Order: sequence, then C-alpha cells, then structure tokens
Amino acid sequence: MERSDCAIEVSGLTKRYGALTALDGVSFRVGRGELFGLIGPDGAGKTTLFRLIATLLTPDAGTASVDGFDIGRDARRIRARVGYMPGRFSLYPDLSVGENLDFFASLFGVRIADHSDLIAPIYRQIEPFRRRRAGKLSGGMKQKLALCCALIHRPSVLLLDEPTTGVDAVSRSEFWDMLSELRTKGISMLVSTPYMDEAQRCGRIALCDKGRVLAVDTPAGTAARFDGALYALSGPDMYGLLLAARAAHGVRECYPFGAVHHLIPGRGFSAERFVAELAGKGFRNAELRPAEAGIEDVFIRLMRHE
Amino acid sequence: MRTLRVLLDKELRQFVRSPFLPKLVLLFPLVVMLVIPWVTTMDVRHIDVAVVDSDRSSASERLVRKIAASDCFTLRGTFDRYDAALAALDEGAADVVVEVPDGFGRSAAGGPAERVRISANGVNAVKGSLGMQYLMQTLTQTLSELRADRGLQPLAEPVVVQNRYNPTLEYRFYMIPALMIMLLIMLCGFLPALNLVGEKETGTIEQINVTPVSRLSFTLAKLIPYWVVGFAVLTLAMLLARIVYGLSPAGSLGAVYLAAALFVFTMSGVGVIAANYSSTMQQTMFVMFFFVMIFMMMSGLITPVESMPGWAKTLTRFLPPRYFVGIMRAVYLKGSTVAELRADYAALAVFAVLSNAWAAASYRKRS
Repeated sequence: MERSDCAIEVSGLTKRYGALTALDGVSFRVGRGELFGLIGPDGAGKTTLFRLIATLLTPDAGTASVDGFDIGRDARRIRARVGYMPGRFSLYPDLSVGENLDFFASLFGVRIADHSDLIAPIYRQIEPFRRRRAGKLSGGMKQKLALCCALIHRPSVLLLDEPTTGVDAVSRSEFWDMLSELRTKGISMLVSTPYMDEAQRCGRIALCDKGRVLAVDTPAGTAARFDGALYALSGPDMYGLLLAARAAHGVRECYPFGAVHHLIPGRGFSAERFVAELAGKGFRNAELRPAEAGIEDVFIRLMRHE
Repeated sequence: MRTLRVLLDKELRQFVRSPFLPKLVLLFPLVVMLVIPWVTTMDVRHIDVAVVDSDRSSASERLVRKIAASDCFTLRGTFDRYDAALAALDEGAADVVVEVPDGFGRSAAGGPAERVRISANGVNAVKGSLGMQYLMQTLTQTLSELRADRGLQPLAEPVVVQNRYNPTLEYRFYMIPALMIMLLIMLCGFLPALNLVGEKETGTIEQINVTPVSRLSFTLAKLIPYWVVGFAVLTLAMLLARIVYGLSPAGSLGAVYLAAALFVFTMSGVGVIAANYSSTMQQTMFVMFFFVMIFMMMSGLITPVESMPGWAKTLTRFLPPRYFVGIMRAVYLKGSTVAELRADYAALAVFAVLSNAWAAASYRKRS
C-alpha cells in the first residue's frame, strides 16, 4: 500500500500510563475506503489507540497520521476530517436528538441537510424520536444517534470504538449493515470490537492483545493462518469433558468454543484412541469431528504462543 | 463568533432544562439575603447581668434601674454577695457581674472614690467585651446624672465617639455588602467549575475536543453564562437589600457593577481553572472549597484585614475578594467613587485578566 493511499497510518505507537504500557509499538495501515477492524479483548489497548488517533492523547513514542496529517502537528486538520464515536455514549443527555444533531452540525459549520445522503438512512430510524432527550433513548438508538453525530460533517475517516458493545444482536447486525453502506460512500473506517463474529464483516482486521498487534490480515486470511488439525468435541457434561480432554494423552490444548470445545491435537494424537480413552472415563457419547479453524482459534493460538 | 453563539445556545438550553440550577440561582440569593442578615448580627443585645449591690443607696438603685431598662441588658437579679453572683456566672445564667461597692452613693456625691467591679464571661469574647463596654457607658452616664443632680461638675468625658457612614453601628449594614460578595463567590465560582467537570464526567467534552472548536470559544461559553448569572444574582440581592433593609448604595450603581463585573470575571475564571485541573466532581469541589474558604475568611468579609497578623495581611494582597470587599463597603456605605478607589479597581482588573487567561490556557483538548 502506498503512503498516499493510507487513511490511517500508525507506526510504532506507544502509550504508557505510569507503569502500565497500554500500547506497545503498534503499527498498521488502513487503506482509503477500507473497513478495518481492531479485534481484541478488554485491556488490549483499543480505546487508547482510538484516543491517540482522535488527537485526544499524546503518544509517548511513535507516530500516527490520518489522511497524511500527523496527529501531533496537524491535530486541528485531523479534527476537521475525523468522525469519532467513543465507546461510552457521550452526547448531551439533556438535549433532544434533534438538538444534539443540530449542535454538532453547527460546530462543524454544516447543516444536517448538507450531508443528508450520508446520514438520512440512519437518521430516518431515529427521526420519530427527534424530540426525545438523548439520555432517554434505548441503547441501539443512542448508538445510531452517535453515528449520525459522528458523520454530520462528512468525515473522511470514521473512528468507532466498540460501537456495538452492550447492544442487542439484531441492532448489532443492523449497525454493521450501516457501516457496509458507508463504506460504499468512500468513508474509511477503523472499528474495534470484542466480538469475533463481527470481525467477518471487516475488510481487514488486526488482532490486538495487551497493547500489541498480533496479526493483520483479511478475516479469511487470518483464519487460514491456522495450520494443523483442529477438532470439535461435544457430548453430555461439557465441563467434565473439557477437564478430561485437557488431561488426556496427546492433547495440546482444549478450550470452550460456543456450543462445543475446540481441541488442538499434539504429537502422537489419535482420534480413535482419544475417544476410547474418554469412553473409558465414562464419557460414552462424546463426539469428536474435524473442525474448520476460525479467527478466534487463530487469536487464541497467537495469544498463548507469542 | 458563530461557534461561540452555538455553544452558548447549548449552555442556555442545558441551564434552563436542569432540574435544579434555575431554582438554585433564584433561591440561593433569596435565602441568603432574607435570612442571614437577621442571624449573623454582631449587635449584642440582652446581655444577662447580675448585680451585687453592697451599697443599697438611691444611687445604686438608680444604676440598677438603668441597667434593667436598657435594651442591651437583661437583669438576672440583684445579689447580696459577690460569690452568689459569680455562681450565676458559672451556671451561665449571667454573662456579666457588676459589683457596686459600699460607698458608691457617697462616692458619686463627691465622697472618697470607690471602684465598681465588672466581671465578664470571656467564653463568648464578643458578648463579654461588648457587655463590658456597654456597662461602662451606662455607669459613666449614671454617674454624670447623679453628679448633675447634686449640682456637681459632670464627669469629664474625654472621648466623643461618632460613627460616620453607619451611625448606629448597625452590623447588618456592614454584613449586607459582604453577603452579596459571598453569593458571587459561591455561584460564580462553583457553577462554572461543576458545569465543566460535569462534561468531563459524562464524556461529552471528548466529543467537543474532536471538533475544531477553539479553546477560547469553549472556555468563553463556559464563562459567559455565569457572568450573566452573577449580574442577575447581584441585582436581585441589591433589590432585596433595598426593599427589606432599606439599604441602597450611597455611591453610584455604576461603581458597584463595575467592581462586580471584574470580580465575577475573576471568580468564574477561578472555577474554570479548578475544573481544568481536576477530572471528577469531588476533586473540583474540594479545590473550590479550599479557595472559597480562604476567600471568605481572609479577605475581610467577616473579620477586618487590619486585625490580621502582618504576614496574613501581605497574603490578602493576592486574594481578589479582598479588593472587592473594600470597594463594596466603601461604595455602599461611604459613597466612594471609582476614581477614589482606582487602585482597588485596578487590582481587580489584573486578577480578572490573569484568571481568565489562565482558564483558557489550562484547558487542553489533549491529555
């Protein structure tokens, strides 16, 4: 990727809070018009990264730029072209939906109508509640309003910090539909999420943990990084099964994965012998079949074996 | 400018919508101006007096009657023996004991001099010392009358006291300008501080910080509403002072408002500074309490600066309210003009500029 094609470029970014290193030499690039996901658990440093890029924090080391503007020197220019939606709802709860939108539009010197093509599909959903105080909206509505406010000045780059945390599954899916729609309008997006299933909807993802980026790739490419065999284990008494599998011979790792357990075999693992061993321990109906590795499997592997 | 208007419009909406701010701004001055002047009075009345009359002459009786008749004293009884009266003092039934010696009457009539003994309870220093003074006055007066009755020369009164500007030494008139200042310290200091730190707590300030709004516009938008509040509150307080207590400024209104403007600028600046350096309500509150406490106690609001030790007097030069207190009392009671008080006005102006510049400079969009 050429530099000029970069919506966001992060290079060696480091941020410390006292003894805690929240971000440790993070580097990646987000292309123009790309929907880029930051995937990682709480405490991975995602929010710190957003706050650095949004010019709310000063880095201890490293650089970052948005549309070629440096977060240190050109902070003012960046503020004019970035839309930031923090993880916590931070619009004025005592102003109505309409007032919040008007307020942010006015701060950027635009009118809501100016960018209606961008906002209208989202705003339409909250328009019936235009007069309601923002603090009295439901979680999903708040998030739509926040997205509208972040888009009001037609930013070229949108920073969304865990926009779907604490939102129901249907609203989450709807929200990602909106992001896909925005992408077609040429807006570059950096989105963080703790949900692995949402990673599939990004163009590329960065797996983050403890202030580091473990891997950057497309969702499919990330999943394909998993080399070696993987099994799905299921049966009655899932917890007993997990403990038994972990103790069994030749099992390298076994962890809960949705409704099943994922099992990574070690050297000298034999599926038949394993099932027989389980049966010997009283797990007669345990089922073991080969599974396809997902992003989460890669993530767990990277997290444990770095 | 346009941005500032947008921000101010938002502040106004939030202010009006707040469930308690508008009420506070109205009720606070009402309560302070209607209640406090009646209760924080240093005019000591009804001092409990116990008299030990060892003379039992018409002269001593006249003294006792005079004490009993005065509004300043409540006669708690006449005792025969000094220790009985002292016991009353011990119990708290009396604040002052007056012992009229045997021979008081003769002494008043030109006989050999006798000493009247006054013992006061010093636990309440103000009541004790004022009681003592009032009693001395009553005593001198009675003696003069007694001597005049007998055609003797009245006792020489070496000092004639006349209280200018507040002839009856009405403590209320001394306190009312001070109460107005307290109102401005509290409202114009605390409200902008709490408003600003409130934006930090709800996280809304982050949304503002990622917009191109300038630090100056944002800070001004936090200050201007409380300048308006300050003027409104002051006007209300002055109206109440006039209607309820009949106290109008002897000087010009312009002089009062000019000083108030400079002081309100200063206090709201202090509030914004406190908020800029703290991240929670508690922090701001305690920082503000610290300053407000010092402002109240050290700037001559309650006790005069002149009676402070030298180092404290020097320290008060750095306290903006000190100048405002001086100006308000001088303009209100004495009718001083801006020209006469120009040094105090200049000092306030310097504080106003400094605190607001600091307020705008200490606001960081990035941490």
